Amino acid sequence: MSATVATNRDMPSLYGKAGSLRSERRWALVWAYISLIISAIILLTPPVYMLITSLKTSAEIADQKGNPWIVRNPTLENYWELITNSLFQGFFINSVIVTLVVVALTMVISILAAFALARMRFWGSQVLATGVFLTYLVPDTLLFIPLYQIVGGLGLLNSIWGLVLVYPTLTVPFCTWIMIGYFASIPKELDEAALIDGATWPQMLLKIFVPVALPGIIAATIFAFTVSWAAFVYPTAFITTPDQMPLTIGVVSQLVRGDVFVWGQITAGALLAALPPVIVYAFLMDYYIAGLTAGATKG
Amino acid sequence: MAADASTAPIMPSAPNSGRASSLQRLARRRSTIAVLMTIPLLVVLIGLVAYPAGYGIYLSTLNRRMTGFMEGEWLPNGLGNFEILFESETFWAVAWQSCIFAISAVILKALVGFWLAHMLHHIPAKGQRKWRGMLLVPWVIPPALSTLGWWWMFDPAYSSINWLFQVVGIPQVPWLGEKWWARLSIIIVNVWYGAPFFMIMYLAALKSVPEQLYEAAAIDGATSWQRLRYVTLPMMANIISITVLFSLIVTFANYDIVRVLTNGGPRDLTHVFASYAFQVGILSGNIPRGAAVSLFMFPILAICAFFVLRGVTRRNKEQM
Repeated sequence: MSATVATNRDMPSLYGKAGSLRSERRWALVWAYISLIISAIILLTPPVYMLITSLKTSAEIADQKGNPWIVRNPTLENYWELITNSLFQGFFINSVIVTLVVVALTMVISILAAFALARMRFWGSQVLATGVFLTYLVPDTLLFIPLYQIVGGLGLLNSIWGLVLVYPTLTVPFCTWIMIGYFASIPKELDEAALIDGATWPQMLLKIFVPVALPGIIAATIFAFTVSWAAFVYPTAFITTPDQMPLTIGVVSQLVRGDVFVWGQITAGALLAALPPVIVYAFLMDYYIAGLTAGATKG
Repeated sequence: MAADASTAPIMPSAPNSGRASSLQRLARRRSTIAVLMTIPLLVVLIGLVAYPAGYGIYLSTLNRRMTGFMEGEWLPNGLGNFEILFESETFWAVAWQSCIFAISAVILKALVGFWLAHMLHHIPAKGQRKWRGMLLVPWVIPPALSTLGWWWMFDPAYSSINWLFQVVGIPQVPWLGEKWWARLSIIIVNVWYGAPFFMIMYLAALKSVPEQLYEAAAIDGATSWQRLRYVTLPMMANIISITVLFSLIVTFANYDIVRVLTNGGPRDLTHVFASYAFQVGILSGNIPRGAAVSLFMFPILAICAFFVLRGVTRRNKEQM
């Protein structure tokens, strides 16, 4: 914002001598702000409208007269009902368990593999690195039917452990891929120094690579977290009993009772379910964005 | 890539035979360790991706009860499911809708994302963080959940968008009730969700274009359009193609938005491959035919993946 003030102060000179470039820049700036404001309004409208709806009573939602965009009698009733609802608590706990286990598994698998692929050359390591990237490009909807059969064969349908088994297909390839990139960017002088000092490979990984590549590890962890939290195809396919559902499918399928849509509760539930990734994003935005862009720029 | 020449500096060509043999042992040990460290990864890649892929192909050849191959009338034995799909009108509608949806959504996302990135790039660096943080919110909310909000905004009786339309005098829109409006709604939600991702990718690419190039262009008297056309776009070409192809894969295989917003309706006209495969395979219980439907995604995904990989490799080479 300060720069707008600065350009405004320069305004008199615009009208004087050849200031066409400067006025062009100023108009570009004004235009940029206008478009950003408009797009921010459009992009933020759905979550804001969900918030508005979640603060209304069912009677107010059902009332077709009047402006749907304002709340007349704000209430936290919808939130309170959900928080005290044991089914919803169950969704939340399931999501937390699945996400934590999957994130831990993913990070162990991908850090070990990325270290080996980035630093130790062995037969097939090139092919494997490419394979990792290609599996990252395999969408979950391509393989959910065979996986449904496999998970069913193991007797893990309708169990959160079935989800723990299959979620790594969503997280491991990408995390390994960006960790290879981060590890490869660490100067080799560091490992030479460590080797000369007699460090073993595990020591080298834990004492040098993990601390130095910490930003990458945080970015990969955030990715694994958001992906497992938001996963939708697998839980929709594998889980039909409400007590084993994670939040995403729980909110989508269970808060709609028959043909009655309790929109206040649905929107409240969706917002509560979206809260953990949004909080992580709010506090770790730079790592989050680093993880997003890393897919195409690292590795 | 990463594994290239990484071990070279640690292996001096020492003539001393005693040292050489110990180094050899080290090397041997290192490769053993390396293989051990990649075993968990291999288990995931082979057990949960490669094996299911092969198993999916096998499944698609079976009959509904999975007691034997699905017989075909004019296609060889085992390809009966594909034959039935080829002859089904619904399936062609699904294939057509998947392509319309993916292509138009990706083009729109790319345009909106490019425009947003450009606007963000224009404003002073201090404010960029704040705006970027705000504009990326749609991407952060799990799509299945934010689509619920859209569904509510499109609700036939209580549509808040229609209410706004009424205020400014635009006729009411049957958002999810009519074929083309329902298709458009799905595209709108997908663009809303995905455009911020394009914005972030393009912004990162815009920042990597050296400022001197613009200065040189300005000195040569280039207009802003010419600067965009002859400086920005060529410098960003690679990242644009990677992002577009990547998004094409994800959008083509999209499931959550269709499932929540229309669940395929009205009259199966908004199904895409993924949601149709789900409907046929899981909900109607015809696992083999569902597997066959999702296999149809494979060729286009493979083509996109090939070009993404090529783009990424090329980009890495440029950066070396």
